[in-house]
Amino acid sequence: MAKPTTITSSAPVLENKRPAGKDAGPQQFSGAAAWLDERIGLAKIAKGGLRKVFPDHWSFLLGEIALYSFIVLLLSGVFLTIWFKPSMMELEYNGSYQLMKGLPMSEAFASTLALSFDVRGGLLVRQVHHWAAILFIAALTAHMLRVFFTGAFRKPRELNWLIGVGLMSLSLIAGFSGYSLPDDLLSGTGLRFVDGLIRSIPLIGTWAEFFVFAGEFPGDALIARLYMVHILLIPGILLALIGAHMTMVVYHKHTQFPGPGRTEKNVVGYPLFPVYMAKAGGFFFIVFGVLILMGALMQINPVWMYGPYNPAQVTAGSQPDWYMGWVEGAIRIIPNWEWHLFGTTWSWNIFLPGVGLMGLLLTGLGLYPFIEAWVTGDKAEHHLLDRPRNAPTRTALGVAGMTCYAMFWLAGGNDILSTQFHVSLNAVTYFMRVAVFVAPVIAFIVTKRICLSLQRADRERILHGSESGIIDRSPAGGYSEDHVPVSHDEAWTLTQHEQYEPLEASDAVDVNGIPQAGRGISKLRARASRWFFSDDIPVPSRDEIEEAHAHDHHELDHEVEDAKALGH
Amino acid sequence: MSHDIVPTDHPSAPVRQFPVDDPGIEHHVPRYTDVDVAAGNRAYRNILAMFGLVPVLAIAFVVIYFAVPKTAGFDVLGNNFHAQTLFLGLTAGLAVLLIGTGMVAWARDIMSDQEIAEERHEAGSDEETRAAALVKVNAGITDSGVGRRKLILGALGGGMGMLAVPAVVLLADMGPYPLAAKRAETIEKTIWAEGVRLVNDVNELPLKASDLEIGQLVNAEPETLFKLHGHEYQTEKAKSAIIIVRMDPASIKIPASRKDWQVDGILAYSKICTHVGCPISLWEQQTHHLLCPCHQSTFDLGNSGVVVFGPAARSLPQLPIKVNAEGYLVAQGDFPVPVGPSYFERDSSKDFKEGDQ
Repeated sequence: MAKPTTITSSAPVLENKRPAGKDAGPQQFSGAAAWLDERIGLAKIAKGGLRKVFPDHWSFLLGEIALYSFIVLLLSGVFLTIWFKPSMMELEYNGSYQLMKGLPMSEAFASTLALSFDVRGGLLVRQVHHWAAILFIAALTAHMLRVFFTGAFRKPRELNWLIGVGLMSLSLIAGFSGYSLPDDLLSGTGLRFVDGLIRSIPLIGTWAEFFVFAGEFPGDALIARLYMVHILLIPGILLALIGAHMTMVVYHKHTQFPGPGRTEKNVVGYPLFPVYMAKAGGFFFIVFGVLILMGALMQINPVWMYGPYNPAQVTAGSQPDWYMGWVEGAIRIIPNWEWHLFGTTWSWNIFLPGVGLMGLLLTGLGLYPFIEAWVTGDKAEHHLLDRPRNAPTRTALGVAGMTCYAMFWLAGGNDILSTQFHVSLNAVTYFMRVAVFVAPVIAFIVTKRICLSLQRADRERILHGSESGIIDRSPAGGYSEDHVPVSHDEAWTLTQHEQYEPLEASDAVDVNGIPQAGRGISKLRARASRWFFSDDIPVPSRDEIEEAHAHDHHELDHEVEDAKALGH
Repeated sequence: MSHDIVPTDHPSAPVRQFPVDDPGIEHHVPRYTDVDVAAGNRAYRNILAMFGLVPVLAIAFVVIYFAVPKTAGFDVLGNNFHAQTLFLGLTAGLAVLLIGTGMVAWARDIMSDQEIAEERHEAGSDEETRAAALVKVNAGITDSGVGRRKLILGALGGGMGMLAVPAVVLLADMGPYPLAAKRAETIEKTIWAEGVRLVNDVNELPLKASDLEIGQLVNAEPETLFKLHGHEYQTEKAKSAIIIVRMDPASIKIPASRKDWQVDGILAYSKICTHVGCPISLWEQQTHHLLCPCHQSTFDLGNSGVVVFGPAARSLPQLPIKVNAEGYLVAQGDFPVPVGPSYFERDSSKDFKEGDQ
């Protein structure tokens, strides 16, 4: 296959040539288009944006799933507000669910039952809404991991990463405030936990509790307040942040993976109109359709089985929605540290895992791009994504973080683990106390080694080609496998990433013997940089590649001759 | 927007020497649907079929909405399905899904699949733009007069900053202030009082010592709770719920100070966990341990409710009980310490600790 080999920063123009005639569109602005153009400059917008190029990769769909789930949440949520009554007023249930007839319950719970049993399609939309919430947070988490592992948070996209961290934290609050609304036994138990969490804040905890609950737990104001938070405050901020997030994606243009013709200075893919309109628009309907099918086929949060909230009851095996599981786990495994000082109580056993850990995650995520830029000294713009193996330390850090999260998350089901696997609950808890610290370290080392091996394998492929599957027998009787050079496309893709050198510490004194104050590279920074980069496997240079090919060529000739002799 | 690639020199990006030359975008390989007319027509028909099914499903949705009774349900493979939820969801879900798959199939099989390239621009502005912007900024600053009358900005900023104070103060009525007096009548007090009978929390019947066997646990409430309604009932229940256990007095440790708090091995404890306030109810009869199902804090009821495992830091408060003239179990008074999760102003020095007498 003949391929151009000398293009560096430019790529051939591959505009589709369509025959004029049936496929040709309008020849001039007229009618509504002209009317709009005269008022809002439609033609300028169309000229600038209609053929905007988006690159194609399956992992770019993760953020789209999150966005579309959010739209489904808005649509289904509006439907639910038509019937849901955010009131803690007590009434006697008189709806069509026979098992609870005559039971005293809050109006919020009664209206949730009415939505489920008396409004046609109500249960379907409730389930779609809950599934969409779970998918929304799952998709945005996966999207965030994709951005992290590919280094898409680097300059110039640090601000968009920060917006993403904000979106993530707000979506957790949105989810939690949502599943607390029905006022069933499970959601009430969740709120009881939140009450304990708020109380535990040193100095201001009790005040915060009395302000949030309008007095003691549970009081009579909370559901109405959470309702405002859930349907107005948080979605409003989320919408604004999503708008900013998308605007920045358009301004920066989407990142792309390395590949033939892909450079830091272009973006290769399909045009918005018509391909991405159809693909992304169609994908919205696919996500929506799948969520409706999930709502139809998979039961979620059957509140009528839990019953109304009763502060004196709880079911064994109570679990929050999945995204709160890791905080739950931290709360479960922390030792019972509490200070009793001068008539005050400092509940570290709740404050640290609850408020502290959440704060640590969000702070760590928010700061990471800046910490990495400081360690690497990298000030360049990046539009080509890193293949995770080419940033071994970052990838290892990410996997270590995921492992830590997973350990906390598993600890959140320590009771389920012990009943399902017939092990001691205490043993699981003690194990997890150690695992949250040790497992990430193991994960870091293993991941880094895997990345380095993959880098070595890439280097090997470039220098010595791929295995041909043809086994040679030498005259002496030994066997060996021939290698064939990888394609030009692959060679370019594998060598395109930048090779970083660790930063060197600057001298403590400058050339004139005057001590350097706060300038240059500190020893700490140099050490961090060495830790980050020094193990990386070097990308083969042009000379190395030529030399290796020259060396292999001799052997290759043999193979070609043999192949000819065999009649191929 | 042009797709012509004009090699531009970005001042901040030095030209890098790559080990391998860029081969350029892959050559376009025509799809089956591009070269085979029959295949193209098949793809076309499939897409039309997907879009064509949508109105059928939409009408089916409406028919199901009106025709299927709200209460109809059926069992399939041991799963109970609510007929309306299932069929409304299947028709709506498939209809929406088919719109999506149809659009994506159109994009993949019929629309041009030639990749095109677009030039990127650096996020930042060039020096010329920056200089032009600075000219405008400085013109604005000059026009505003803040150069000579510097205090204006400070005064405006300070004034606007102070506006935050009334905005925050406006929220001061969100709840009552938990000052000592308020705490004493809310979170530090329950409706347990001298002579209040302990009643079963389900049938509200008062309990006699003879109703309990050794090893038995009963969930109980103060009799006065059931006179309350609405959120008052819930708020008081969240504090006053208790568990009553009867243990063999010979097998448990009762400190001297609590000798009179029990009746023949019948002890009453707060049911509200001292960790984050879940109601505790998993009773291990042989060990006298009580396990909280939320976070697995475990308390030894045979040893004044001390913590033996888990994240809870304080013993379960014990309610002193006695028998009244009619033989019913009654409280001697309120809990000696506040029940439920910790809070900052709580004086936790009076809680029972292992070894107290």
